Amino acid sequence: MARTERIKNRILTVVLGILCVAWIYPVVMILLNSLKEERAISTSSIFQLPASETFAGLQNYITALTSRGFLSAFWYSLVITVTSVVLILVCCSMCAWFITRVKTWWTKALYYLFVFSMVVPFQMLMFTLSSTADKLHLNNPYNICIIYLGFGAGLAVFMFCGFMKYVPLELEEASMIDGCGPLGTFFHVVLPVTKPTLISVGILETMWLWNDYLLPYLVLDRKKYMTIPILIQYFRGSFGKVEMGPMMASIMMTVLPIIIVYLFCQKYIIKGVMAGAVKG
Amino acid sequence: MEKAIKRYWPIFVLPTFAAFCIGFVYPFLQGLYLSFCKFITVDNATFNDFKNYLYVFQDADFGHSFWYTAGFTVVSTVLINVAAFAIALALTRKIRGTNLFRSVFFMPNLIGGIVLGYIWQVLLNCVLSLLEKPLLSLNATYGFWGLIILMCWQQIGYMMIIYIAGLQSIPEDYLEAARIDGASERTILWRIKIPNVMPSITICMFLTLTNSFKLFDQNLALTGGDPNHASEMLALNIYNTFYARAGAQWKGYGQAKAVIFCLLVIALSCIQLRATRSKEVQQ
Repeated sequence: MARTERIKNRILTVVLGILCVAWIYPVVMILLNSLKEERAISTSSIFQLPASETFAGLQNYITALTSRGFLSAFWYSLVITVTSVVLILVCCSMCAWFITRVKTWWTKALYYLFVFSMVVPFQMLMFTLSSTADKLHLNNPYNICIIYLGFGAGLAVFMFCGFMKYVPLELEEASMIDGCGPLGTFFHVVLPVTKPTLISVGILETMWLWNDYLLPYLVLDRKKYMTIPILIQYFRGSFGKVEMGPMMASIMMTVLPIIIVYLFCQKYIIKGVMAGAVKG
Repeated sequence: MEKAIKRYWPIFVLPTFAAFCIGFVYPFLQGLYLSFCKFITVDNATFNDFKNYLYVFQDADFGHSFWYTAGFTVVSTVLINVAAFAIALALTRKIRGTNLFRSVFFMPNLIGGIVLGYIWQVLLNCVLSLLEKPLLSLNATYGFWGLIILMCWQQIGYMMIIYIAGLQSIPEDYLEAARIDGASERTILWRIKIPNVMPSITICMFLTLTNSFKLFDQNLALTGGDPNHASEMLALNIYNTFYARAGAQWKGYGQAKAVIFCLLVIALSCIQLRATRSKEVQQ
């Protein structure tokens, strides 16, 4: 029994190993091709390794970095993601605490409204949302976080509410009796306890914001600002013949930071996803 | 205490609520209203009764997109959940390298839909051209399976994580008791593991169903709806009705399509949640 078990496990390991290679291959392929010269990247030669005569070194990366607005797109993506995530975390956790602690008809209604907003697809509001954003001058990377706060509030409030229900009331009562106001209680007592949920929500929202394409594409002033997904889509669509080398290098430079962050924060990311799922 | 907090509502609730009104409530209501209008910008709308909806129900492209999306949703939901559950079962068996496997399978989730679509377009087109078959943008069937492969590659890792969490939360005593009673591995799987991970199954089904049904980025980047709108899913069809056509009537049609799409998503979520919730067991 134990022996067949061991053989089974060994076969499973091999199968999973093969699957794993298949899983990383697409990314590795892009990496290898980003190191090749332009003429060596075609539909028939894409699976070949870079050889000494086709090896281009970092030339493609330099081309991608110096032209095409890559750096500014990277900067805007970063600004949008960071400001929006911070704003969502602070505002939504406060809102969620209020909703769980104050029980009246309108907090209940608000809660269900937030839950409802999670289900509604973006296509329903894309046209009206972009015109609203234009009118209120929220169409630049520094103000778009307000739109994101509104549109992303559903998930965040829902997850925070799910956690805050279980924060013991005694803790808060004690701090109120000791003379802390609601604000002090929230920031000194409730927020530290909420840390695991803050991390989960932060990770889920970051994954969404960094990769979001349609919302910034429609809301931002397209002539002035591009984020990374917009840039990649733009250079594929508008130019007849795309330079494959720099394109691959740009993709690599958008994927690599994510993978590096992932390698370091893996534990938190996987935990965050699990926590998010259990509450969802 | 409740009273003390209640006085602070402008600080706690107002910022989020104001942003929520700008980012959701107002556009939603306006969108609902505009679906009954003929308009080019939101300010010059004229009321149009149900004409938009009547048009949408006769639009052959929209009907095609609906069936294409429905087919895609069913196939991808089944494939992703079965594969993710199988991998999760394998990874909870105490074999070597579990953590490495888990990390690798999860990785594609962090890459955005547009970039993923582009990577797979390059890869699949090369494979197809080596096999001397038509490219993705020329054949809707290949486009369909290309999208399925892409979605599996992206979503299996995420669902696997949720299934692993579910499997690990089954108390060890249950499994042990079953083994002592002489239950085979298959019986344990069907009688103990699956009923106990029903909450995870609910979540994963919900996520894969809505993700597939609302798919946009991957569709746009991989096939772009080619050839001739044949691989266009609902979300992309709505987008193209809005932005890829000239003429005063199209925006109204697009908004009506969006309302129908929204109702479909809501209905789908409700039915699905109710169906699997009823199968859950209390631990």
